[in-house]
Parts: sequence; C-alpha cells; structure tokens
Amino acid sequence: MPDELAELVAAARSGDRAAFEELVRATSAETYTLAYRLLGNEEDARDVVQETYLRAYKGIERFRGDSQFSTWLYRITANCAATYLGRRARHRHDELSDEAPLADVSPDRDPQGLAMASNLRDRLNEALEQLPPRLKAVIVLRDVYDLPHEAIAAELGITESAAKVRLHRARRRLREQLFPLPGEEEEARAV
Amino acid sequence: MQCEELTELLAASAEAGSAAPSVIVDARARAHVEGCLRCQAELAQYRKLLRALHNLRTEVLTPAPGLVADVFAHLEEAGERHAVRSLVRGRRVAYAGGLAVAATAAGAGAAYVLVARRGRKLRAAS
Repeated sequence: MPDELAELVAAARSGDRAAFEELVRATSAETYTLAYRLLGNEEDARDVVQETYLRAYKGIERFRGDSQFSTWLYRITANCAATYLGRRARHRHDELSDEAPLADVSPDRDPQGLAMASNLRDRLNEALEQLPPRLKAVIVLRDVYDLPHEAIAAELGITESAAKVRLHRARRRLREQLFPLPGEEEEARAV
Repeated sequence: MQCEELTELLAASAEAGSAAPSVIVDARARAHVEGCLRCQAELAQYRKLLRALHNLRTEVLTPAPGLVADVFAHLEEAGERHAVRSLVRGRRVAYAGGLAVAATAAGAGAAYVLVARRGRKLRAAS
C-alpha cells in the first residue's frame, strides 16, 4: 500500500472522518470500475459504491491491515454487488442462468461490432458484459482483481468449489468466444 | 483419455503462470496434453485469455461527476438515521425506566397500605 494511503487508513481507523473522506476520493474511481464491471450499468454501480463506502466506514476499525486496503475494499464491493444483484434479480427477473446465450461479439460478422471491437480489450470487455452475472462476478474478481478463491466464495455467499466451477465455466465461454480453436469457430458464430 | 475430459482441467491449469503442459499436476492428463496439439493450443489460448483479463486491472473508468459527493451524502444520511435511532432508543429506555420506577413505587405504596391495615385490624381484635 502506498505510504500516503497507509497513513490515511491509520487516521481513518482512529476515527478521523476527514481522512476517510480522502480515502474515498483516492479510491472511488477504482471502486466504481469494479462495481461497474460486476453490475454492467452506471446507476447500479453508483448505488453499490455508496453502500460500499458506508460499510467500509462502519467497519474500518476492524480493518487490521492483513491485506491491502484496496483488496479489503474490493471484497466489500463484491459483497455489496452480490447483495444488489440478488435484490435486482428478485425484482426484475434477471437472467441468472449460466447457460444464457451470449451476444455475438465476433468482429468479422457484424460490421458495427467490427468498428466497436477494434482490439482485444474491447472485445474482452464486451464478452464480459455478456456473461451471466454470477459467472462474470467470479472471473472478474479472480482473473482481473486477483482475489483468492476463498475470499470470492465468502463474499458471494457460495462454496469455494462452486466458485471454482463458475470460474472455469466462465473462462471456457470467454476462451471459446475470443480464441476459438479449429472447429469451435462455427459453434462460436452460431451462438 | 479424451480431450473433452480435460476442458475443466485446462481452464484451471492456465492459472499456473505457464502454457507448458508441465503445469498440469495429474500425470495421466499431463501425458495426454504432451502428446496432443489441440490440448496444447487450448492451454495456450487460456493463458492468452488470462493475460488479457489481468491487463484489464489497469483500466480505470471515470465515473460521471458527483459520485464522491453522493458517497458523502449517503454517509451523512446514514449518520443522521443512526443518530435518530439512538435518540428514539434512548427515549424508549427512559420511558421504560420511568414506567418501571412508577410501577415499583405503586407496588411499594400498596404493600405499605396493606400492612398498615392488617396492623390496625390486629390491634382492634386484641
């Protein structure tokens, strides 16, 4: 953790409200990015960011510094996003099935897609957005943010083995879509 | 061993940091991958995917203006809610305490009256 952030964390832990507000300013864009990746829309991401910092504020005395502050914040964000997704699913009947079809992000089929998916990063972001939320959550937390399997399982309220199964399923779907092997190309295009 | 049996294993093994078949712990599976170009290619593609995913970490989105202000407002609002709850809880405790004191006083008064009456009756009888 950079020294400046460590000092802010220490001050915030001892009840310094101004230090906590500085922490919010320093980390809000990253927290928002993770929330947006998990939820897929700006409004929901903003709600989750607010809830994340409220929980962080209430719990900062318990942050012992065993992990980085950013990792601790990612865990809270993941937990808030999971709660939010659960609530949203109940209200909007979101598609939670792992087998939901993906939109076509293969650039050579769709001229508009070709313009938008100009490089791998864009195509990957687009493919991630199309994943069902519960697959997206594990692959984002593990492969983008490096959270350990047990932390992911704990924050999403699932077992570690379920988290691993979802992770491998998500990797497979992205791999088949972005890097299809011979014979898989037709299948990927048929989706 | 068939390639299809290894799909999950290859997706998991890619995390080991190398696309070499040696990252596969299971000896039987490793032997298959060492001799199977398709599985080697699949493992390499998983590595490529994981590298691309890891690189997304450096990408930070810029939220629309007002996010930090919204966070502070949310903290403030929660603080006020908490203060109101504490106040209501405090008043409830005080109210319950007052009731308890009044009930105790009334009970003590009633007991005193009963004892005094019994004493007068006994004196009158003797």
